Amino acid sequence: MCLGVPGKVIAVDGSMATVDFWGLRKQVRLDVVDVPVAPGDYVLNHVGFAIRRIPASEAEDTLALYAELLAKEGPGDLMAQDVRGELDAASRSRG
Amino acid sequence: MSTAVSDASQLKFRDPLAARALAGAIERVTREIGRERVSVMHVCGSHEQAIARFGLRAAFPPALDVIMGPGCPVCITDVPEVDEGVALARQGVRVATYGDMLRVPGSAGSLADARAAGARVDAVYSVSQAAELARRSDEEVVFFATGFETTAVATAAEILHGPPRNFSVLSAHKYIPPVMEIVAEMPGSRVEGFLAAGHAATITGSSVFESFVERHRLPVVVAGFEPLDILAGLLRLVELIRDRTPRVENLYPRCVTREGNLAAQEQLWKVFRPLGGRWRGIAHVPNGNLRLRDEWAHVDARRRFDIDVKALWDFAPPALVQQCICGEIMSGRESPSACRLFGKECQPETPVGACMVSSEGTCRIWHQYGGHPDLGRLWAGADR
Repeated sequence: MCLGVPGKVIAVDGSMATVDFWGLRKQVRLDVVDVPVAPGDYVLNHVGFAIRRIPASEAEDTLALYAELLAKEGPGDLMAQDVRGELDAASRSRG
Repeated sequence: MSTAVSDASQLKFRDPLAARALAGAIERVTREIGRERVSVMHVCGSHEQAIARFGLRAAFPPALDVIMGPGCPVCITDVPEVDEGVALARQGVRVATYGDMLRVPGSAGSLADARAAGARVDAVYSVSQAAELARRSDEEVVFFATGFETTAVATAAEILHGPPRNFSVLSAHKYIPPVMEIVAEMPGSRVEGFLAAGHAATITGSSVFESFVERHRLPVVVAGFEPLDILAGLLRLVELIRDRTPRVENLYPRCVTREGNLAAQEQLWKVFRPLGGRWRGIAHVPNGNLRLRDEWAHVDARRRFDIDVKALWDFAPPALVQQCICGEIMSGRESPSACRLFGKECQPETPVGACMVSSEGTCRIWHQYGGHPDLGRLWAGADR
């Protein structure tokens, strides 16, 4: 519950964004992110809300941990399960 | 330990050379401090998960004690708060909460017990899903809100967004900075520095720790969650301890700034006010609880319902709970292996204390990944 999850913004519609998480598209709320967000940006998300726009040059470093966690998830991997919970927190993409 | 997830094959850094160099530097600096034991504390369940999952304790020098403090929001939710949720559910109100909260024992059972007895209790992943439940029905829905400031921001945003009339919030949200003061001031505290959690600091900014550093003369380093982020954070921390230069350093600038997310802070403090209260098993923490401000009384479950917790208190707590040392573990004074229930009567399927319930609880993490794995074998694995 302390771990945010990064994803790539695909589209913005008012205070909602469609965000891609490793091929999974979800709707994320933009109410609390402090800068304008546009398609192509990377955002850090927590319980369905974007909380930070990640500088483009840093996106890859931020994503690597999660890609590895999800790719190498073993049985009972609490950290990977928490990441999946974060993805479940964002509502399903309408698009 | 029950499962061997954290065996040598799991210890693969993306950059093993960098990891080895950092670990070597941590060992050298710790030796330069020249004391038998140096203790530092992190306050984040996700940090402990990463340390355990990637077998990082094997890379720490034996003289460096990296302790998990009160970093599990589910675990520090106090018994009377759980009781309020259980009482509401038993009174016939539909209660939605984060999944980990369901099995946390109150003084007369958990929300899962209440559900088994016929109460309406839903596990949700977000406050928005709880509001959606209310939107789709006429019944009263209470969101039992737990979590630190990162999570409280989402609750605040949902309240400001205008949830349906039949939706309200039972806030057990907690605010991390004040509890660091409590832990630092505990008699016999060995903590010489703090590793602050990256994503909570995304909201508050690293500057929130500046007054703490000034008062306690203990360094605080903000770190991310990559194994390399954690090692780099710890290295900086032991350097600051060695050099006796307590200050705040932000080693996670890609997600954390000095001032933090101001828009999020504005929403957080518009909805919540800090209030003193107990953290389960630890202490009364001044300003450690986040409660709804008066202007949000209409969405505050505590004011909307007559919550009758006393009706629950006729039951004596189960005898085993009295042997549970969750409080000592969460304040960093003991480790799970010092608990006589750990891995025996207290298991993830049959938790006695909250630390064994949550995926961010120290006991659950140690039970799952193994707390102190075979050091030599693990570290050798990094070279493969």
